Amino acid sequence: MSEILEYKSRLSDPRSRKFETFSYLPPLSKAEIRKQVEYIVARGWNPAVEHAEPSHAGGAYWYMWKLPMFGERDVDRILAEAEACHKANPDDHVRLVGYDNLRQTQGTAMVVYRGRMD
Amino acid sequence: MATDQGKTYSAGVKEYRHTYWEPTYQVKDTDLLACFKITPQAGVPREEAAAAVAAESSTGTWTTVWTDLLTDLDHYKGRAYRIEDVPGDDSCFYAFVAYPIDLFEEGSVVNVFTSLVGNVFGFKAIRALRLEDVRFPIAYVMTCGGPPNGIQVERDKMNKYGRPLLGCTIKPKLGLSAKNYGRAVYECLRGGLDFTKDDENVNSQPFMRWRDRFGYVMEAVKKAEAETGERKGHYLNVTAPTPEDMYKRAEYAKSLDAPIIMHDFLTGGFCANTGLANWCRENRMLLHIHRAMHAVIDRNPYHGIHFRVLLKALRLSGGDHLHTGTVVGKLEGDRQATLGWIDLLRERHVREDRSRGIFFDQDWGSMPGALAVASGGIHVWHMPALLAIFGDEAVFQFGGGTLGHPWGNAAGACANRVALEACVRARNEGREVEKEGKDILAQAAKSSPELKVAMETWKEIKFEFDVVDRLDAAKAAA
Repeated sequence: MSEILEYKSRLSDPRSRKFETFSYLPPLSKAEIRKQVEYIVARGWNPAVEHAEPSHAGGAYWYMWKLPMFGERDVDRILAEAEACHKANPDDHVRLVGYDNLRQTQGTAMVVYRGRMD
Repeated sequence: MATDQGKTYSAGVKEYRHTYWEPTYQVKDTDLLACFKITPQAGVPREEAAAAVAAESSTGTWTTVWTDLLTDLDHYKGRAYRIEDVPGDDSCFYAFVAYPIDLFEEGSVVNVFTSLVGNVFGFKAIRALRLEDVRFPIAYVMTCGGPPNGIQVERDKMNKYGRPLLGCTIKPKLGLSAKNYGRAVYECLRGGLDFTKDDENVNSQPFMRWRDRFGYVMEAVKKAEAETGERKGHYLNVTAPTPEDMYKRAEYAKSLDAPIIMHDFLTGGFCANTGLANWCRENRMLLHIHRAMHAVIDRNPYHGIHFRVLLKALRLSGGDHLHTGTVVGKLEGDRQATLGWIDLLRERHVREDRSRGIFFDQDWGSMPGALAVASGGIHVWHMPALLAIFGDEAVFQFGGGTLGHPWGNAAGACANRVALEACVRARNEGREVEKEGKDILAQAAKSSPELKVAMETWKEIKFEFDVVDRLDAAKAAA
């Protein structure tokens, strides 16, 4: 049996903060993000982009980047909006949301650009 | 239409089928429909046995009584209206019974069960009796409170989207002090679980009184939330000897800002459960439901109540989570049957589907659904199959599969979270997670030493026994 590793997580270390779905995996690559956008589009959900300062990411409401892209099916346009949000707010977390209006919930939500964690 | 007006009284014993077998009956949208599997005593004709069940579970008794003529029995009686063979089994048959909605108090699962599964189950003319399914008419559904919050509200409150939730039941289930128990909770939650859970046996024993447990557990939840930045909860079990104690514990949980409490709906009873669900709705509290005692009632294929009926009753009574079995773990559960009842728990409208054991269309109207909870003998290797079976609207609870990690609870929790997220990502990418599960997990373990060790620890454990209660349709096909 391998040596026991300590679980490194600290209140005092901002890098210990997580941000829900996929935050326990390594950051998604561009190709991986594209596949997740394709999934949102294939499910018929409405894509949206949000962002927040990592130190204020705990609440229900992040800053909305423009408006949700209702009916948008062009994966490149959705990716371009996420990137534009990231460029305008380089230190923030940028989250991609798929709104499921039929079930009145978010079908999924994931951080696609991780902000400054120190 | 015939009426009872002008009938004369004639004492004595009549065959039930004269009054309660009505094959030409047109089912009403407002009728409550039941499907029973009846194993009659030798020599009792099917129609008579079916009529007897309809009679004894509604207006009838063993002899004619003069007061029958003071009412309109044609309006109030239950009727057996159809009989079907059980595929591949001559010893029993299905009987379908329609009950008028007037027979039941509004919003009372208690009253429905007292009628449908009361005296009739001890009736001598039948050797065994099983309630397979019930169609609750939408008119009755709308008189019940249902889940106090529902899946969408829970996801918003807990900020969890696009994936199943993860939980863990704290072990050993009995004997820990409150402070050590809170430690186990803290380690699980900081490692990446969304919920931890009181074992159902944990109420308020001498080694750990409920107030102490609630206090330490909520300290653990708060610290794990601050540390991870994510929302967490622990199912504080408020199941108690009396309703008064139950509400006292629920109030204290609320005063500590707990997001979720827990109840055992069968041992606690439907009266307590419905009351607690109402309290949760009033107090913005999530409600996790355990199902101790269910296998006593639902496991025998010939006698008792099928789990899908207990589940429907719970959805009416109220609960935001319900244990549904895992299919793949240590506890009983056929895959197709499980898929059928998790639909009944979560969806708005479910169609009759005999291949999943569903005998009736069921319309839930605007009643919220509840999350299916998969728990019992599962570990990281089961994650791909669990995701394929349950989809996102579920809580996967790994007890031993978290706490048994060689590096402790936090590492065990982290391993489960990494495995779950890897499977969800792969599923979203269009991969077949069940077939490709090994590759998906192995790839994820490259960047997670916690997952790598979990996979090495549990790879040999399987629970591959035949299920005792298989669907009749599946048995006939086998």
